[in-house]
Formats: sequence, C-alpha cells, structure tokens
Amino acid sequence: MKQRIIKQAFLKSLPILAGYIVLGMGFGILMLDAGYGVIWTAAMSICIYAGAMQYVGVSLLAGGASVVTTILTTIMVNARHLFYGISMIDTYKDAGKYKPYLSFAMTDETYSLLCDGHAPEEGDPNFYRFMVSLFNHCYWIIGGILGNMIGSVLPFSSAGIEFSMTALFVASFTEQWITSKDHTYALTGVIGTLLCLLIFGRDNFLIPAMIVITFVLTLLRGKEERDK
Amino acid sequence: MKSVVLIITMSLVTILLRTLPFLVFRNHTPKYISYLGKVLPPAIIGMLVIYCLKDVTVFSYPHGIPELIAVACTAGVQAWKRNSLISILSGTVLYMVLVQLVF
Repeated sequence: MKQRIIKQAFLKSLPILAGYIVLGMGFGILMLDAGYGVIWTAAMSICIYAGAMQYVGVSLLAGGASVVTTILTTIMVNARHLFYGISMIDTYKDAGKYKPYLSFAMTDETYSLLCDGHAPEEGDPNFYRFMVSLFNHCYWIIGGILGNMIGSVLPFSSAGIEFSMTALFVASFTEQWITSKDHTYALTGVIGTLLCLLIFGRDNFLIPAMIVITFVLTLLRGKEERDK
Repeated sequence: MKSVVLIITMSLVTILLRTLPFLVFRNHTPKYISYLGKVLPPAIIGMLVIYCLKDVTVFSYPHGIPELIAVACTAGVQAWKRNSLISILSGTVLYMVLVQLVF
C-alpha cells in the first residue's frame, strides 16, 4: 500500500527531475566557482531549498553581505511563498505530522504539482504529498552535489534544458485553463504580472505583482458577493 | 563562520515566509483568506509563467521566438494529451533544439 503511494508520488514528481538536477548543478557549479565545497552546497540545498534564492545567496556569501541585507534580499526574492501558504491552508489543514515539512518544502515547482489538491483516492493524501515534496527536494540536493563535485555540465550540450521549469508552469496553466470555466483569476495573474514587469522592470516586479493580484482578487470578491 | 550565519539567516527567513500563513491561521481561517486560498492558485500559476519568461529578449534577436514556439508546443500538447510529462518533455526538447541548432 505504502509502496504504491510512493510509486505514484515518484511518477508525479518526474516532470521536476531533469529541471532540478540541472538547475541544482548550476547552483553547485556557482558555489564551486565561489570557493565553497560540497558540504556548503548540500547544507544550502537542504536548509534553504529555494532555487532563485540560492543563486542570489552565492553572491551574498561571496560578497560577505551583512545579515540585514541578507534578510531583506531573502524577503524580496521569496515573498511569493507567502501566497503559496495562503492558498494551501485548507489543503494542508489535516496534514498533522507532515505539515511542518510540507509547508517548508513548498517551492514553486512543488506548489504547482500539489496546488490543485488532488491526491490518489486510496491511502493517506498527506503521505503522498510528503513523498512528492521529498522526491523533489532530493533531486535538488543531488543536482547541487553533482555540480559541485563534477564542476562542469553534462557530456551533451544541455543549453536550454532550464526551459523545463517554464514548461512545467505552462503545462499546469493549460491544464487549469481547460478544467475551469471561469478564467478571470488566471487572467488576473498573467495580466497583472505582465503589467508590473513592464512598469517596474525584471528585478523588482514580483512584489508589486503580488499586491496588484491580491487587490484585484479582493475587488472581484466584492463583485461576486453583490452578484449573489 | 560568517557564511554559516548567512546561510542560517536565508534558511530561517525562507522557512518563515513559507510557514507564516499556516502559523497565523492555525485555528481559524477568516472567510476572506479562504476566498483568497481558493482563487489564488490559477493567478499564481499565471504569475509564475510570466516570472519564468522575464528574461526573454523581445526587442533584440531572437525576439523571444524560441520561447514563443516552445510555450505554444507545451500548451498545445498539454491540451491534446492531458499529460504533463509528455507536454513538458516535448516543449523542452523543442526549445533545446531551437536554441542550439536553429537560433
């Protein structure tokens, strides 16, 4: 029974495998170039487990940034994770002993796999979600260690393989679009973020986008209640 | 030693951001937050699509054409096959071919 859930979780996590190994290797190589060995690399991938943040983190470490700068940078880069928590409160409500790890391990990619709330019909859905999260975490850690030890990329040219993460979100978006009748919320996310990207530029648009999306969704709620 | 402190800082702030909503609304979830939780996922996935494409160079060569083709392929295969492994694989392989051999 447990084995069957583990197998299903592994299949669910497969789309993440290549992307996390390669992006993890990219991180490991950056760490190597900055003079940090495999223990440092593994420690960061285990304890931080946030792709973009770890890339930024290498320059914070190498540049000897202050603690305050590090706190502010982490908030800027990772603020979007607040959103994931808010939208998973109901799904993870009864997760019990798995809840601390499930909420810690919620990266962009893990979130996009689990945010629809689906789980296999039989067995404990939270054990399934725990295994999906754990598989992804392992890919990320293994990638980092490999990159740091080998110090170069794969024997074939892997240029462009990072697109697998973009493709993951595009696939989730498409699936979500097909299965729902009302596209207002999806469009709010796309248009709101695109506008903020154009206005604030690629380095500073994410937090304004979160504010705009929350604002528009709040207005839509008022409208929805008036319509009733 | 300084690096240890910085890594712990990054780790703690990330954990805090990820767990804060669960800690704040541990016992009672206001209706407004439940509503946000229900409508946020499609909006967030839309936001992440744009976030991933933020570095695409629209105004200089190759004008985001490889990305456009690969995104269309991924979305098309997903709509056709309804299997994310197949759609992600085909979109990614197509993108790799485009950036390595075509553009």
